[in-house]
Amino acid sequence: MANEVEIVGLERRFGSFVAVNGISLEVKQGEVFGFIGPNGAGKSTTIRMLCGILPPTAGSGSVAGFDIRTQAERIKQHIGYMSQKFSLYDDLTVEENLTFFSGIYRIPSAVRKARMDWAVAMAGLEAHRSALTRTLAGGWKQRLALGCAVLHEPRIVFLDEPTAGVDPLSRRRFWDLIYDLAGRGVTVFVTTHYMDEAEYCDRIGLVYRGELIALGSPNELKTGVMREAVLEVACARPQDALEVAERCTSVREAALFGAGLHAVAADASRATAELRAALDAAGCTVSRIEPITPSLEDVFVSLIEAHDRAAADKEAAA
Amino acid sequence: MDVHTAGQCADALVETVALTRRFGARAAVNNLSFAVGRGEIFGIVGPDGSGKTTALRLLAAILDPTSGSARVAGHDTVREAEQVKARIGYMSQRFGLYSDLTVAENLDFYADLYNVPRAGRAPAVERLLRFSGLVPFTGRFAGDLSGGMKQKLGLACTLIHTPEVLLLDEPTNGVDPVSRRDFWRMICQLVRERVTIVVTTSYLDEAERCTRVGLMHEGGLLACGTPGEVKGLLHGAVLELRCAGPRAAAAALRPRLEHSSINVFGDGIHIVTDEPAGVEEKVRGILDAAGIRTERVRRIEPGLEDVFVALLAPETGARHGE
Repeated sequence: MANEVEIVGLERRFGSFVAVNGISLEVKQGEVFGFIGPNGAGKSTTIRMLCGILPPTAGSGSVAGFDIRTQAERIKQHIGYMSQKFSLYDDLTVEENLTFFSGIYRIPSAVRKARMDWAVAMAGLEAHRSALTRTLAGGWKQRLALGCAVLHEPRIVFLDEPTAGVDPLSRRRFWDLIYDLAGRGVTVFVTTHYMDEAEYCDRIGLVYRGELIALGSPNELKTGVMREAVLEVACARPQDALEVAERCTSVREAALFGAGLHAVAADASRATAELRAALDAAGCTVSRIEPITPSLEDVFVSLIEAHDRAAADKEAAA
Repeated sequence: MDVHTAGQCADALVETVALTRRFGARAAVNNLSFAVGRGEIFGIVGPDGSGKTTALRLLAAILDPTSGSARVAGHDTVREAEQVKARIGYMSQRFGLYSDLTVAENLDFYADLYNVPRAGRAPAVERLLRFSGLVPFTGRFAGDLSGGMKQKLGLACTLIHTPEVLLLDEPTNGVDPVSRRDFWRMICQLVRERVTIVVTTSYLDEAERCTRVGLMHEGGLLACGTPGEVKGLLHGAVLELRCAGPRAAAAALRPRLEHSSINVFGDGIHIVTDEPAGVEEKVRGILDAAGIRTERVRRIEPGLEDVFVALLAPETGARHGE
């Protein structure tokens, strides 16, 4: 299948600051690609380059088959963009917002009505066409913003942190819409720092300090890249158990988790034995210790902390 | 414990009885009863507009109930509001940091607000700076901090008078994963010091970290218990399916699997079903017929999100988001 996004060694400097540092990746047509990372990692700068708004200082790339350096204007006709702030006009009605965006995207009047009807139906806003946008609940606004962003039938849609502050049910429904779009061949490139959202993507790239530090499907990342194991510990008096667990030399980190603990360790079997002995001795009777599949957040935090430790070592050596 | 009504605790630091708050005709908080014991992390999860923030403001004694009552840190939130305020830390969604004051000045300002004696204040501030990892940023203006660091400073300011009960309203909203992890490390530390915490969140992975969770809907609790107990409320089982082309597979399965809810999770599918035994064979059959190769079907522990969606979807009807 064709690659809708292809970048090689993409770099963007602002003065001496390297915001994006040699990122290479490909996104296939119809793929839902998640671009994940902390604030300031370079997610938005990368998106701005992909949208043809900001030229790279090195590297190359194409979006929808057009070169991001030389064909920026062509790219803009084929992409949709939805930001965290939704860019809707609060004091316009649903209908008026759609009309406004139809104008911005220069949708021919012959097809305008059909496109607007389609967007209204997709967002499930049939009964709310004349409602003021500000009166809509977060989930509705989010779907309206997506409708506005795809009115002109773009080949790729960029969603920049689209779900901040939207509740779980609405999020689930929003993702059903995204899958619908992807099913029709639209490529979806989404940035987020919410891990539950990352779980919904076909593939994820983790970006940190301008570098791509992991790339793969959620399942690959959860089972393949974390060098440490996560142990779930069910025991009595978890608050006291936490202190005991932190004193175990084979445990790098322990945290309260529900009615038990999660412990991160390089050597799972050694840590299991040490934890069991120490907790039982302290009266925090252990009922179960077992390795669990780490969450994406476990994986990312572990990769990022390993990256930081490596950087600190390098600095110390220099 | 009855997971539907939240139960009572012997050493309750927060206790509400039929707590209700109306705004006009609408009951933002409706007949809410629950108790939180010392050193517990109680998580309130629920959709936007379900009453989480109003509930927290009632507990913080900054809003009076229309009926019912709440006791927090041993005092009634209406009759003894001042005693309550002196013993709690409340971090609202728009916590008031002064962006043109430095980190240290913000802490000092909150120490003044809470009448923390000047004597002994310096070591307390020092301890909070260390606790929140803000020592290197002591002289930085709060306005120049990242979102995650602002939240950590907000929490530190909330702790300046060593409250017994901490009320946190969506404290990690918009915070990146690393800062979020740091924030939860701080919460863990506080629990160890036997601080009692009530925290609202719309993120269910955070709810998993809580000692107990309450699922809030239309002002009341739809369910309440340890994460394990709440997951036990899910009728049936969750199957995880891995196959080539999960979205096509979901489309093929939906019309043919009645009484099951099918949700795509990126590269997998979750099937919530009442009869897990028969379903696996049926799934394989449907996918074979559709020419989709099944890699694996296995029963998994439901996540809180599965439970949440299963409990709330019938309540909100076919259309979500209202």
